[in-house]
Amino acid sequence: MPQVSDAMKDSIAVAATAPELIRNFCIIAHIDHGKSTLADRMLQITGVVEPRAMRAQYLDRMDIERERGITIKSQAVRMPWEVDGRAYALNMIDTPGHVDFTYEVSRSLAACEGTLLLVDAAQGIEAQTLANLYLALENDLTIIPVLNKIDLPAAQPEKYAEELAGLIGCEPEDCLRVSGKTGEGVEAVLDRIVAETPHPVGDADAPARAMIFDSVYDTYRGVVTYVRVVDGKLAPREKIEMLSTGATHELLEIGVSSPEPTPSKGLGVGEVGYLITGVKDVRQSRVGDTVTNAKKPATQALGGYRDPKPMVFSGLFPIDGSDYPALRDALDKLKLNDAALVYEPETSAALGFGFRCGFLGLLHLEIVRERLEREFGLDLISTAPSVVYQVTMEDRSEFEVTNPSEYPAGKIREVREPIVRTTVLTPSEYVGAVMELCQSKRGQMKGMDYLSEDRVELRYTMPLAEIVFDFFDQLKSKTKGYASLDYENDGEQAADLVKVDILLHGDPVDAFSAIVHRDKAYAYGVMMAGKLKDLIPRQQFEVPIQAAIGSRIIARETIRAMRKDVLSKCYGGDISRKRKLLEKQKEGKKRMKMVGSVEVPQEAFIAALSSDDAKADKKGDR
Amino acid sequence: MPAQPEGEAPPRDGALPAGATADAAGRPLSLYVHVPYCRVRCGYCDFNTYTAEELGPGASRADYRPTLAREADLALRVLGAHGAPPRPAATVFFGGGTPTLLPAEVLAGVLGDLRARFGLAPDAEVTTEANPDTLTPEGLEVLAAAGFTRISMGMQSAVPHVLATLDRTHDPARIPQVVRWVKEAGMQVSVDLIYGTPGESLEDWRRSLEVACAVAPDHVSAYSLIVEPGTRLGAQVRRGQLPMPDEDDLADKYELADAAFRAAGLHWYEVSNWATGADTRCRHNLAYWADADWWGFGPGAHSHIGGVRFWNAKHPLAWTQRLAEGLSPAVGREVLDPQTREIERIMLAARVRRGLALDSLPPGAQDLVAGFGAAGLLEPDGPWFAPTLRGRLLADYMVRELTGLIA
Repeated sequence: MPQVSDAMKDSIAVAATAPELIRNFCIIAHIDHGKSTLADRMLQITGVVEPRAMRAQYLDRMDIERERGITIKSQAVRMPWEVDGRAYALNMIDTPGHVDFTYEVSRSLAACEGTLLLVDAAQGIEAQTLANLYLALENDLTIIPVLNKIDLPAAQPEKYAEELAGLIGCEPEDCLRVSGKTGEGVEAVLDRIVAETPHPVGDADAPARAMIFDSVYDTYRGVVTYVRVVDGKLAPREKIEMLSTGATHELLEIGVSSPEPTPSKGLGVGEVGYLITGVKDVRQSRVGDTVTNAKKPATQALGGYRDPKPMVFSGLFPIDGSDYPALRDALDKLKLNDAALVYEPETSAALGFGFRCGFLGLLHLEIVRERLEREFGLDLISTAPSVVYQVTMEDRSEFEVTNPSEYPAGKIREVREPIVRTTVLTPSEYVGAVMELCQSKRGQMKGMDYLSEDRVELRYTMPLAEIVFDFFDQLKSKTKGYASLDYENDGEQAADLVKVDILLHGDPVDAFSAIVHRDKAYAYGVMMAGKLKDLIPRQQFEVPIQAAIGSRIIARETIRAMRKDVLSKCYGGDISRKRKLLEKQKEGKKRMKMVGSVEVPQEAFIAALSSDDAKADKKGDR
Repeated sequence: MPAQPEGEAPPRDGALPAGATADAAGRPLSLYVHVPYCRVRCGYCDFNTYTAEELGPGASRADYRPTLAREADLALRVLGAHGAPPRPAATVFFGGGTPTLLPAEVLAGVLGDLRARFGLAPDAEVTTEANPDTLTPEGLEVLAAAGFTRISMGMQSAVPHVLATLDRTHDPARIPQVVRWVKEAGMQVSVDLIYGTPGESLEDWRRSLEVACAVAPDHVSAYSLIVEPGTRLGAQVRRGQLPMPDEDDLADKYELADAAFRAAGLHWYEVSNWATGADTRCRHNLAYWADADWWGFGPGAHSHIGGVRFWNAKHPLAWTQRLAEGLSPAVGREVLDPQTREIERIMLAARVRRGLALDSLPPGAQDLVAGFGAAGLLEPDGPWFAPTLRGRLLADYMVRELTGLIA
């Protein structure tokens, strides 16, 4: 077993390892394809984790990640490995596996020279993996194809080896076959990483330049920043500078994870490790930024830095209005660990005080919401997610609209909406259904390829708003769950969009307004009015529910007046019971929101807003 | 009977706080007697009733009268504490269960026991509920002679398939005959109806109304069927075997009933009660709605004395044993604070014909009352506001709004 002997460990000591002995790699895999299990096995085989300290999916730290089996935040682990009598330091950089975090993935990839393309031998490649594979190819990474779960009875390694070979241009026999579960073939993977992944190259004498590929807030240590050193060297107690902002920090600790944080004498060319500076907010240590030495700073930042840009907005409101300060505190805390989360106070006539929040995408929204509910014990209503619209008025004034209730009144010249490049992988039998769905979502077909006889890649450009609405759920239901989806931003387009208001007894309910394509306005109005008709209890008067574009009513439902609200019998013993019932009803009334003169139960808002999209599939790839 | 309300444990001897009887002299006293026996248990019924003859040692039907007499002794003691003067009973009401499952002589005997202890007011109203099956001319004679003045008859419906759904066994064709016997015995007759039974059409209900009105009762009560959890009917509805009564259908049937009764000279005086005149209204039930004092005897019975509500052990055996040990059978009670009494007062007043006096309502009620008036739910009647037909059907809504003004 080529674990590195103690005698040879000096040759790969941290801060004293020749770049030639370093291999930086990551793993591209679809959720559930066994990335974490394989990573666990590598930690064991290389001896960095004692078998008894092994915790399943060691690298996924947060509960939610563990529960959903997905990795949100990446980390890097340094593992020693010996090949042909030489010791190597392997840095495994864990990548987030979700579409909302494409930018983080791209930075993780940029920190590596090679990647494992890990595919479930029983399922084949998925859209998400394909998208990340393309990203890796763009970054000129060496790709090592690996088929996992070969121990499964349903595994078809021959079939999927063909598929992978076709995708990356290798021979099917080049695909490694492993079982993360049993450990079979894992040593060969480590050997192959050493043999095929190029070693990092950098100028050891140049001013230090290190790229931040992850940044994590830790309650006890403040922000822990993960970097890959490109040039020069970083050392403890020196002053570092963030090139994007020019902010300087004292380097309190520097080290590597193996996998527990281990302080070192520094980090040299090609090395991967962590920095602690005592800052308390990940915004001061942004993914993609370049770290340099403040005394001898580099002048040229490493390429690829981008400010995180929220793409999806939603209002978050506490169900109990008195939780508003608690929600604010919770968001302030989450922000420390989430550079992409933005929010500002919002007041809704229907929902009270809350926050308008911006997210990278739907999963990001779901994760934030779930953390707020689980870690901070808050009960929340979230409004229907919205994208960012650019509205130009006839007088050429421009508005950026992230909230339908702020849609400007008056003569509108043009509305632009974000569009995304969408990739769908589907079994070929569903191609027709998927194309129909994409078309109904205003998709424009860009291409189609057969990955194998029975699997097809479809490429569309599509409005992000359609994806955010219910595309993923519909895709899953039309393909019996077999299709997978990936998308990335592709600019914006002008579109015939209108704002649909929902009126209750003549009063607009801000929380239910939506910006939709004119052709979909009627369907939205009918759907929402129908839903509310079933959700809102009858009142003492007839309540019309209307959907309107401006002053034009496009759909209408009526909640008939309640005719009977009286208990039939009220004699001796009934009196106490009836009074107690009355008290209970009065409590219930406190949880009602008044929309004009209509009492709407909190639950009706929740049910109407948690439309078919958000809840159904939290864990999948979108 | 549904679960008893939550309350505090009363003293073992049943003693009341001094305030409860302090000014009792000015308030009439009513007595309620709960007879917890039935021949069969109806599928919709959630009252406290038992079909077995023997319910445990000392709790057979034969033990009922002596045990009740023991409770009467206790009531007399409790009410007379703190020097309150004795009060003759203004009304007595035998309910159940099926009181007429007891022989008429036993019912007469129980009434005699109560009269011996409390006395009856000269014009006392004495009612018993009765199942039409259990009435005979002879039995009615016995009751009338003992001082009973009213029979409240559980007719429920005149339509066989509706009666079958309700598990009622009586023959609807007997109703006119039984009503005649009651009248011949010189007593008033009230007919109880139930509407909204699953499967009952508007036509079925109209038929029941016709039959009920045709016998020219002095009084009718009409109740919408309430599907209670824990009953067989409740289970059938839960399992989807029977439909839940529809609120609009119930409202239609209520309006139909009110029109039919009015045409027959019966006028509403409480949401579910109609009578031919002021002297045929059920004074016992009016006492409940006017917040009077009453003592409830028997298993599970509720009492109200001067703002204290208390209730007996539900099971006949528990009730019997407590009394046998010289203890009060009451197992729970509530001492109402003034605010709660006020809420109850509004809750009850909104159900009766006299309605609400504006100046008796909490501050801010004026706007609400004006709103109810504009919406056609209340109409002024002198200084009072009485519920309209629509208002009666929405009485609970008005009560919620009005009592919402009290803290």
